[in-house]
Amino acid sequence: MAEAAIELIGINKSFGAVRANRDIHLAVKKGTIHGIVGENGAGKSTLMSILYGFYQADSGEIRVNGKPTRIATPNDAIAAGIGMVHQHFMLVHNFTVVENVILGVEGEPLLRSSIAKARSELQRLEREYGLEVDPDAVIETLPVGLQQRVEILKALYRGAETLILDEPTGVLTPAEADHLFRILRQLKEQGKTVVLITHKLREIMAVTDNVSVMRQGTMVATRKTAETTVGELAELMVGRRVLLRVEKGEANPGDFKLVVEDLTVRDTRGVTMVDDVSFGVRAGEIVGIAGVAGNGQSELIEAIAGIRAAVSGSVLLDGKPIDVTGKADPGELRERGLAHVPEDRHHVGLVLAFEENENSILGYHDQQKYLNGAFLDIPAIRKDAEDKVIKYDIRPADIRLKTANFSGGNQQKIVLAREMEQDPDVLIVGQPTRGVDVGAIEFIHRRLIEMRDLGKAVLLVSVELDEIRSLSDRILVMFDGRIVGERGPDATEGELGLLMAGVEAKEAAE
Amino acid sequence: MMEAYTVLVQIADATVRVSVPLLLAALAGLYSERSGIFDIGLEGKMLAGAFAAGAAAYVSGSAWVGLGAAIIVSIAMSLVHGVASITYRGNQIVSGVAINFIASGSTVILGQAWFHQGGRTPSVSGAARFGDIAFPFADAIRPVPIIGPIYSNVISGHSVIVYFAFLMVPFTWWVLFRTRFGLRLRAVGENPAAVDTAGISVAWLRYRAVICTGILTGFAGAYLSIAQQAGFVKEMSAGRGFIALAALIFAKWKPVPVMFACLLFGFLDAISIRWQGIALPGIGKLPVQLMQALPYILTCVLLAGFIGKAIPPRAGGVPYVKER
Amino acid sequence: MSAPYAKLPRWADYGLIPLINLIVAFLVAGLVVLLVGENPFDAAVILIKGALGGGQNIAYTLYYATNFIFTGLAVAIAFHCSLFNIGGEGQAYVGGLGLSIVCLAFDGIFPWWINFPLAIVASALFGALWALIPAYLQAKRGSHIVITTIMFNFIAASLMVYLLVGPLKPFHSQAPQTRDFLPGGQLPKLGFIFEWMGMRVRTAPFNVSFLLALVASVFVWLLVWRTRFGYELRTMGFSADAARYAGINEARTIIITMMISGGLAGLMATNVIMGDQHHMALDFASGAGFVGIAVALMGRSHPFGIIPAAILFGMLYQGGADLSFEMPEISRDMIVIIQGLVILFAGALEHMFRPAIQAIFASLSPRSVGVEAKAGRGS
Repeated sequence: MAEAAIELIGINKSFGAVRANRDIHLAVKKGTIHGIVGENGAGKSTLMSILYGFYQADSGEIRVNGKPTRIATPNDAIAAGIGMVHQHFMLVHNFTVVENVILGVEGEPLLRSSIAKARSELQRLEREYGLEVDPDAVIETLPVGLQQRVEILKALYRGAETLILDEPTGVLTPAEADHLFRILRQLKEQGKTVVLITHKLREIMAVTDNVSVMRQGTMVATRKTAETTVGELAELMVGRRVLLRVEKGEANPGDFKLVVEDLTVRDTRGVTMVDDVSFGVRAGEIVGIAGVAGNGQSELIEAIAGIRAAVSGSVLLDGKPIDVTGKADPGELRERGLAHVPEDRHHVGLVLAFEENENSILGYHDQQKYLNGAFLDIPAIRKDAEDKVIKYDIRPADIRLKTANFSGGNQQKIVLAREMEQDPDVLIVGQPTRGVDVGAIEFIHRRLIEMRDLGKAVLLVSVELDEIRSLSDRILVMFDGRIVGERGPDATEGELGLLMAGVEAKEAAE
Repeated sequence: MMEAYTVLVQIADATVRVSVPLLLAALAGLYSERSGIFDIGLEGKMLAGAFAAGAAAYVSGSAWVGLGAAIIVSIAMSLVHGVASITYRGNQIVSGVAINFIASGSTVILGQAWFHQGGRTPSVSGAARFGDIAFPFADAIRPVPIIGPIYSNVISGHSVIVYFAFLMVPFTWWVLFRTRFGLRLRAVGENPAAVDTAGISVAWLRYRAVICTGILTGFAGAYLSIAQQAGFVKEMSAGRGFIALAALIFAKWKPVPVMFACLLFGFLDAISIRWQGIALPGIGKLPVQLMQALPYILTCVLLAGFIGKAIPPRAGGVPYVKER
Repeated sequence: MSAPYAKLPRWADYGLIPLINLIVAFLVAGLVVLLVGENPFDAAVILIKGALGGGQNIAYTLYYATNFIFTGLAVAIAFHCSLFNIGGEGQAYVGGLGLSIVCLAFDGIFPWWINFPLAIVASALFGALWALIPAYLQAKRGSHIVITTIMFNFIAASLMVYLLVGPLKPFHSQAPQTRDFLPGGQLPKLGFIFEWMGMRVRTAPFNVSFLLALVASVFVWLLVWRTRFGYELRTMGFSADAARYAGINEARTIIITMMISGGLAGLMATNVIMGDQHHMALDFASGAGFVGIAVALMGRSHPFGIIPAAILFGMLYQGGADLSFEMPEISRDMIVIIQGLVILFAGALEHMFRPAIQAIFASLSPRSVGVEAKAGRGS
């Protein structure tokens, strides 16, 4: 009977008012690959950070190989044989592979012998686990898949018996991901224990022995992988929550106001985030894009809204093209009737240091109604802000107050009020109710329906499946940069959850 | 023909002497900047070190005591910069600017108060100064054609700090690329999070880098006041700290190119005096001020990316805050 | 586990913390005075008397303050766009060149009240042009503006030395300066204001460019907080991402802001050259560009703060002159030390006292810092 390599007992962790981990119990058997699934915000990363010594749990116990172990720093974790492969690599970009591997465990003040020893040890590890990589290659010249191997080698070099991988395939191509799984299996054969954190159910089914599901800070269930299905896991992941259904009438869609064709967007590392996406949004409808964060939705709306350049493809706004691959000008797009509520309201949608009324004209500050020649028409701006504050019930109703002093929900209302009151033809909204309290959520949802009923084309992106299902007339699911399915508003959670987790439509029927 | 060669040798000799403070200051800045701490306060530290050296050497009668004082004072100022930048996560540029002013004012005030000579320290000589060291057989070899003058004038006959400075080039290279400390130092300037997760203290590493900066700027200052000159004079660093910074950027933060960059700037300085009065064909007399401004113009040209991109350490100038 | 920079009530943020920073700076300066063997309190008294005792002293104080208002405004407006313009010294220097060209050309032809506006345009224009290249390099090529503006200070020094020992120097003269301006190139003094109030002013160089400085302060205030461009400038300064979202042209904003900054620094020349010396001499700026940094930091980059800060440094300069008579050990260089200390505590270490102050506030009145009373602490 395989003993538990790692046991977490009664782990609790709160950040202020947010309970990230609630009474978590987890047992990872030695020599197995154990998956941990859950949506964003479920608490997986926090739990692993506690295991790796970044955070200390508020209460609870960690046992390594049956012995209670105190892990206060990453060094303690390394000493206990726990190694972590981070989602964002902890590599020095202009060092070689060997240099990165020995950083922190050089052994001696002079490098010559450390590097020689490391080199031979690396060769051994590479052979044993199939992790071939040129030890003298400079990190920034390596493709992402190889960089990840270096991260794994780092952990093994430090004598890790248990490896934690945090969303490892997010940056890999399918071929690289397959290769990673082969490596994980090899590690298992050599007696290592692997903990795999992911939201992708295919991976869980493909490579894990056991899987635990987390949802909203709690550990919901643990299964033997062979004894469960993607369907069951998806349901556990997404949960049967009470829907906040908003009263709404039938949609009455008109012409296509926004047409996206073959849009491809790459991030600064060259990874394709949006892969040949095509869809359209009609006047008088809400199109919701569902998906776990990080599957390209952010980059998609940034490209459409003109704050990120696309690599190829086209976008038509009311029949006329937007220059998405070149110099799109958000100001010009606003003039043409496109409004954008960005996902990041703190750094993009608002200037927190500004007064409320100053933020209520951000992006529209060059309109005649707010200006008096080259000067700002302060009375007009303030009156405008006051009207919005009343209409959108922004509290406190103080337009002179610094925006940083408003709550998250009210900050979001400031942004929404600004964008909606410009009477745009197309409204793009990202994560409208993130960090917003329940009362404001209902308000925001009603306003969005109102926009739709007034004949606007609304493109909604949200990681909250409830929200998507409650508001959308059509639902598009994005996974891995592509649109993998389109459903109507009556699609079930399970169905959508499967698509969000990357399972093909026909497989979902199994 | 022989005339020309003699002049060349003289210029080479002057180049060496003039580039030494630049070299020491630039190497000093190398340690800081490679660890991610911007340091535009090299000028102030060098000046303060020069004053400390001049004062201490005069009072004690020993150049070595002067050197020691310079190092201590420079380290102290480096630590002020370190505390502001590392512990209090302040704006590193502002801190550097502040240190320059503090050094500039303090050296004159203290100099006047202690020595009553209008802000300078009294002249030092003899043991209180670093004299020229003649290599063996320098006099005998001098008459030998071609090699003689080079050996006797350019290589031999400098103060000990000059030799120290040039030795620091391979030494710094060795520290940065062959020791554990250097590896970690370079890492913390590129990706402090990687260093942190490896269980190494980012702050302690950066403090050590900043102390290295203090040591070398101490040497630079001491060279100015008790080797090159015979005492501290107001504002004697004369912008060298900034030229050293320019050389550092020019050399893309690598030790051996730093040496060549400083020699280049030193060379320009050495010939700027000689070129006064010499007319260039087609252009006429070049103003001496143009030669003096050349290092600064060159820096801007470099920064504009015309001589290749100068990519600083990735984490440079950004205070490290642990991710939550 | 606390946020890096804790919250405080508004008045503490804008009044108390800067005051504490200032006091600490002066305390340290007092230590230097002690080191020199003098009594800091006596020094302070002499300084204040020298700055404010009698009409002439006050007039001199205001004359120096005028310089620092210009250079302080220059640094401040760049700060609002998150740009650190250390080139005020060089920009002021080159501004003087523009002004001198106008005055040398027209001082015999037009009266001062025609030459003054021409000189204003010329000095501002030249100062702006001197800031243009560093601005362009930052906006288009990402070259760090701090380093390029420092370099341009040195280039300006070399350029002006060349001009003042060469083309601009009158033939028969030895001094590296232009010829003296005729009355058309001289600004009238404002000493009569003091004389109305029964104070004697004698030769103090307090002149009409003080009024220009006040006008410039109003101009900066209007520009930054009341115009569309100022709105864009501030947005860029707070968040480049928000600026891009708002459709603001990054490069254009940086370049125009720096040019205005350079222009403000250039205006300083009207005070020194046209208002006092009546010729352009070597290093006439004599450090005012750098004092501007301290003034801007102390005045929190707001004209209402800059004017008092500039007057404070004016007091230091003028009082410092008297102080160096009475206490020869403490020369004008003391000001440079204080300047450095102010920059250090108001700039780099501005958050040093925050945790302590915040703790005091929290224990006295938790609500004022937005903290709810909590039973225990998380680890």
